[in-house]
Amino acid sequence: MQIIYTDVLVIGGGLAGQRAAISVKRRGHDTIVLSLVPAKRSHSAAAQGGMQASLGNCVGGAGDNEDTHFADTVRGSDWGADQQVVRMFAHAAPKAIRELAAWGVPWNRVQRGEHEITVDGCKQTVVETDAAHGLITARNFGGTAKWRACYVSDGTGHAMLYTLSNQAIAANIPVHERMEALALIHDGERCCGAIVRNLMSGEILAYVAKATCIATGGFGRIYRVSTNAIINEGMGAAIALETGIACLGNMEAIQFHPTAIVPAGILVTEACRGDGGLLLDGANRRFMPDYEPEKKELASRDVVSRRMEEHIAAGHGARSRFGAHLWLDIRLLGRTHIERNLREVNEICRYFLGIDPLQDLIPVRPAQHYSMGGVRTDHRGQSPQLKGLFAAGEAACWDMHGFNRLGGNSVAETVVAGMIVGDSMADFCDSADGALQMSTALAESFAARERQRMAAIAACRGGESAFELTRLMQDTMTGKVGIFRQGDQLHEAVATLQELQRRTGNISLRSNAPGANPELVAAYRLPRMLKLALCVACGALQRTESRGAHYRADFPQRNDREWMRRTLATWVDPQAELPILTYEALDIMRMELPPGWRGYGARDYIDHPDTIRRQQVIDTVLAELATTDRHQRQAALMPFIHLLPEHLRGRNQRLGEE
Amino acid sequence: MERIPVQEIHRTLRIQIFRHNPYNPASIPTLQDFALEEADAMTLFIALNEIRQTQDPSLQFDFVCRAGICGSCGMIVNGRPALACRTLTRDLPDDIILAPLPAFELIGDLSVNTGKWMRGMSERLQTWVHRQNLEQIDIDGLEQAMEPELAEKIYELERCIECGCCVAACGTAQMHEDFVGAVGLNQITRFRLDPRDERTDADYYELVGDDSGVFGCMTLLGCEDTCPKDLPLAAQIAFLRRRMAVAGL
Repeated sequence: MQIIYTDVLVIGGGLAGQRAAISVKRRGHDTIVLSLVPAKRSHSAAAQGGMQASLGNCVGGAGDNEDTHFADTVRGSDWGADQQVVRMFAHAAPKAIRELAAWGVPWNRVQRGEHEITVDGCKQTVVETDAAHGLITARNFGGTAKWRACYVSDGTGHAMLYTLSNQAIAANIPVHERMEALALIHDGERCCGAIVRNLMSGEILAYVAKATCIATGGFGRIYRVSTNAIINEGMGAAIALETGIACLGNMEAIQFHPTAIVPAGILVTEACRGDGGLLLDGANRRFMPDYEPEKKELASRDVVSRRMEEHIAAGHGARSRFGAHLWLDIRLLGRTHIERNLREVNEICRYFLGIDPLQDLIPVRPAQHYSMGGVRTDHRGQSPQLKGLFAAGEAACWDMHGFNRLGGNSVAETVVAGMIVGDSMADFCDSADGALQMSTALAESFAARERQRMAAIAACRGGESAFELTRLMQDTMTGKVGIFRQGDQLHEAVATLQELQRRTGNISLRSNAPGANPELVAAYRLPRMLKLALCVACGALQRTESRGAHYRADFPQRNDREWMRRTLATWVDPQAELPILTYEALDIMRMELPPGWRGYGARDYIDHPDTIRRQQVIDTVLAELATTDRHQRQAALMPFIHLLPEHLRGRNQRLGEE
Repeated sequence: MERIPVQEIHRTLRIQIFRHNPYNPASIPTLQDFALEEADAMTLFIALNEIRQTQDPSLQFDFVCRAGICGSCGMIVNGRPALACRTLTRDLPDDIILAPLPAFELIGDLSVNTGKWMRGMSERLQTWVHRQNLEQIDIDGLEQAMEPELAEKIYELERCIECGCCVAACGTAQMHEDFVGAVGLNQITRFRLDPRDERTDADYYELVGDDSGVFGCMTLLGCEDTCPKDLPLAAQIAFLRRRMAVAGL
């Protein structure tokens, strides 16, 4: 078996992985990126609408800063997020976007003078300042107090990924394409790299590294209806789970995006609504203001998706051969706006629906979109359980999104996490802990296990089809672990998933073609996907409250008293049928922003006794402070700057701020 | 419009697919026939997956985003390069022939190694912003201003998804394996337009000033005809050729 040695192995070639690799390389360490596909085809490219960073250049963003971005993100998370991590993120996001601007991303810029905008179905005029002319502009997005989503038309992720990939090429970082990590090599305490399969030749090889980073994105493909790329099967999270040591955090926190087109499930960006588009029902009536008078179409995604499904369930959907749906109306935005700022949406409507969004309504319904959960790490991206294992981006749960992610915070997280975790891995390599001592026999034993798994599949005559079982898993997740969840249905889902897991033992192949063999790939991925699906379903069953995107129809209140806790899933015994769930507490007494009403969505929740105590402490601390300086006031409540790498600690400059 | 457009009549499609597995010494390139019942809103992404799941599990093809934005699924559809994921069967005749993109290394059946080709092109043409001290930029201070129209012009060229359709449709690329293709030349014009890149025309001439670069183009314009993103490739190449001719004097 070929063994390839490097300092830092990055699994995943999207924004998070490549940005981490660039940091590592700059610090003088060797790194290799593994990618299932050519790196520029990673799912990061599909991010359309924007990247949140509190630059505050445009009029709609005036007065924005890290404090507002922090508060929006924590409220969006329904207080599930780690607030220190949110602070680190909000502080570093402007730096990340400015770095990308210097590297070549053609961010849309502020144009001085009068502009017509669409708000609440009406035209308004705003005037952009001379001082801001040419600086990075932003658009409105859901769940935010300011226009903060910086964008490149509606190809933001594409432009970011191309620029970043090109910088990685410039830095001479090798990307080993069409490579799939099958298992993490570890000795029970320390991760030492991965066993990898070449998806062209079928060859198995080992990569040995001091530090290994999972940056494989989300796992939306455990659902039937998902906006995710078909490669988003969560194999990075799954191989971390299969170590039996590393934990996955908050796997039940699954986001459903309000506007996926029907029937293809392809995303049309939140920018459609941010720029003034409306949601209409089967009677062509705007319905969101009835449910959400404050934010209307621009409440957070979890709230809008729920309201849409609620409206459909009440019989107000439009009917079609593909089932009920609602309409997205962007006709009012006008030709110029759509052709300049929503061009991908325009293309998607024309090619996949055969409609013209200037004239026609867009059929939409919520679809699985994002995995808030993932490999549990500390604030610098390292697994607390398995030394040498790191994670970044959607694959990770360092926990900046809690139970609901805000639109535009995902691509922002990828690059910020890449910067921080890359640095953290370089520190690890430089430290005594980074020294790696392992026998190649360890790599051989893990490779032997993977070969044996594949041989068992090839030898099996059980007659089950991997494609068919995958479909059943996806139907179960979409049908029973979706937007509205209920104890009895979750019980059924868990039982079905367990049954499917048993049936995977009888998968046999109809083709034994040499090379990649797509049927074999489906067969060995499915048991891992089922493990993730079980973590989601069991987590959802146990969590007897509603928080963010996790909504229990039988427990409709957010219950801070019982559930200020993060779910941790491990799979210690490979033969076990279910994950082991444990919980770690979120300490309200250390929060800068204690739990409260989000500003949209349900108002009734069960308070934790600490909430009022913490608020009193905060009020006292702030009253005693002699300063009005927002940085000092913040630091008095929850210091975080020391947690960042030194080069990311500087204050962000803004127009109108010294 | 208050209805999702659907077709009234569903056909039985005859889909012929190029088959060859280079990892199997016994494999001989051939066209294999499949019959498939058409469904509402069926794309070639849906059709190929259905064939793989119900008829031949060994069939190889590449899809990632299945939304027309990642560039993975370029293939020859009835003689023309196209993105398979956003090609609706209702826009095609009853007989469909699918083949891999030419000019790229074949991985198997409809899957080709565009990634390797594109990385090679990027390395050769150095498709990144070249600027002194890029590692020392101030990321705390205000970003450098840029005219809004210029940013939009750069994005217009940046929309390329490196799908390889332009290379597959290019006469020169079929004859001359070193030719950088419209994809490469477009990227040069993109960086040339970008004031953040400090390179001069003399630098670009070193990269594309020969017949594997801009002077290899025969102006057949297959690139522009087939570009799924409607990039203005012909105009960009013509413009670059004039600039490089001047730079070469």
